[in-house]
Amino acid sequence: MSESATERLSRLLAMVPWLLAHQGVPLAEAATAFGVDQRQLVKDLELLFVCGLPGHMPDDLIEADWEGGFVYVGNADAIARPLRLGVDEALALIVGLRALADVPGLGDREALDRALAKLESAAGAAAAPAESVRVDLDAGTDPAVVQACEDALRRRRRLHLRYLVPRRDETTERDVDPMRVLTVEGHWYLEAWCHRVEDVRTFRLDRVVDVRVLDVDGTAPPTARSRDLNAGLFEPSPHDHLVTLNLSPAARWVVDYYPVEAVVEQPDGLRVGIRTADLAWLRQLVLRLGGDATVLDPLELADDVRRTAERALAAYEPSEPPSSQPSERPSEPPSDQPSKRTSEPPSERTDQRPDPAEPSPVGGGTAEG
Amino acid sequence: MSTAKTERLLNLVICLLSTRRPLTKAQIRQAVPQYAENASTEAFERMFERDKDELRDLGIPLLTSFENPLFEDEVGYRVDRDAYALPEVSFEPDELAVLGLASRVWQQASLAGPASRALAKLTALGAPPDDGSLIGLEPRIRTAEPAFDALWAAVRDRVPVRFTYRTAATGAVATRTVEPWAVTSWHGRWYLTGYDRDRRAPRVFRLSRVESAVRTVGRPGEYEVPADHDPRLFVGSTVQERPRTTARLRVREGTAHMVRRRATDVRDLGDGWHELSVDLDDPEVLAEELVSHGANVVVVEPSDLRDAVVRRLRGVLAPAGTGEGAR
Repeated sequence: MSESATERLSRLLAMVPWLLAHQGVPLAEAATAFGVDQRQLVKDLELLFVCGLPGHMPDDLIEADWEGGFVYVGNADAIARPLRLGVDEALALIVGLRALADVPGLGDREALDRALAKLESAAGAAAAPAESVRVDLDAGTDPAVVQACEDALRRRRRLHLRYLVPRRDETTERDVDPMRVLTVEGHWYLEAWCHRVEDVRTFRLDRVVDVRVLDVDGTAPPTARSRDLNAGLFEPSPHDHLVTLNLSPAARWVVDYYPVEAVVEQPDGLRVGIRTADLAWLRQLVLRLGGDATVLDPLELADDVRRTAERALAAYEPSEPPSSQPSERPSEPPSDQPSKRTSEPPSERTDQRPDPAEPSPVGGGTAEG
Repeated sequence: MSTAKTERLLNLVICLLSTRRPLTKAQIRQAVPQYAENASTEAFERMFERDKDELRDLGIPLLTSFENPLFEDEVGYRVDRDAYALPEVSFEPDELAVLGLASRVWQQASLAGPASRALAKLTALGAPPDDGSLIGLEPRIRTAEPAFDALWAAVRDRVPVRFTYRTAATGAVATRTVEPWAVTSWHGRWYLTGYDRDRRAPRVFRLSRVESAVRTVGRPGEYEVPADHDPRLFVGSTVQERPRTTARLRVREGTAHMVRRRATDVRDLGDGWHELSVDLDDPEVLAEELVSHGANVVVVEPSDLRDAVVRRLRGVLAPAGTGEGAR
């Protein structure tokens, strides 16, 4: 752990007033409140225990007792009041609150406004730099959908979803019991127990075509476990296909977007491996890269991509029999020049991320036991 | 090592908070055991100077005064208790609930520590939060990009920075010198906005494309951020353009559902195909999506969209590197 002495001091100075106000709090709860594990919390308490007023006689020292797993603190009058908020602290909460204000359907907008006003006034000058950090949590999802999911979650109701699975290009119908409504990398997701597959699934809310809150209990079965989505939605598995692509410079953004492995710089581009349970979305990805990516392996995917492109092109060149002469036509009009590329390609492409819900590109299914 | 230092700093804070009268260095050396143990006066003084700076960096209001009646010519130190303490503020349970949610937004991000500390400070004074209506709701911000901490600090302190940056379109890497204005999370990605000294113009940088460590190359407060700078607007308008016109597409029945979702109008052509109207902003962007549907989508108009699709399909059949195209 590379925590600096001053970071730790900050935590201790925040911890003492909090513990004084929460006498007898379980160790685990106190650890969670400060985002540390219990071992670290005990180390912190051990440190408090040897500090105190000048003189450092037993009566001068801070009292800290955590026997039996419940924390009691005393004799710490000098630091009984919390230090005013630092810039980072004020920023974290202010930016967090402002981001929440954009969350569709968040129950109590009024409480949020009151909290923000009090916070800004308590933070004083430390609040100012929060102006220079902006977080946009809402990424164009229909607020009514987010709202319906939150409502069902709150009231433990089952939801009926019409859900689009882009990779299979089909709309599915299913009943689900909501477990969490969350954002991952700028998109809203519903994690729920899906009755159709009898397993936990994650649904991207901008792909929900229609949602209905049912008047049925929607408590997920006790066996349902939330997945750890901290590392993002992709959990490549060794059982997946390994696809090798060659990326020209214009397609380098792929590396930022998908978990790639074995990245090797080659004279003709960047060679990367991508693991996927499903070749269909990779075909879509390669098609959309329009020649800036080449499939080196597996060959069946390379063939599939080529055949799809030939068939599609046939619609624009009706005189050509699609299979015979694959489009090597140097006589095309001069307008066929690379036109401008968007300056920041990846951001707009978020809608084409592989779908985390079924069939899961996430390796061997979900991670619950 | 770090524990000993934390212990020393904590004892120093307690000592300076509990005293009414300013204390001289000699008194402080006596009062804080970790100083008393220090062999030479010189070593103590160096240590004390550094410690003072660190406490001030934490926002602890350390006062220096010359008004110690006992030692007229000597400097005295204490912490201003009123300026130290968070002003009395009490939050209602529903306010604490949203504050809690706001702090958890950072759970996977580099501000997780400050966020939970801030919440602890505020909840030390108030009633327990009422989380009932927010259970299961987990909006999260991530700061996976290593450059986040350094760039946010630069924005906060208004210090110019230098880093190497990989340009999206070309993959070319170049050194950039920037006056950071703001950091913005937009559609799940972090961006820096600022004045690019080399290009002599405002620019947007994506944090994930910062390739090197971020070095500061100036003094805090060296420049001003334009008063009318709206980071969200700037990032949004740089990264994405507004709808411009309408495209007409032929789409095979029962396919391309993602495209259909955006259709503003659908006409059944009766031959197993539908004609869709969709908003078109950047033809290159829309073309990418359409190409991924293969032969199920055919562009009717406009021609620039049609050309963009055809070019991509040809590109797939004659990939970049074999001819022109990559640039």
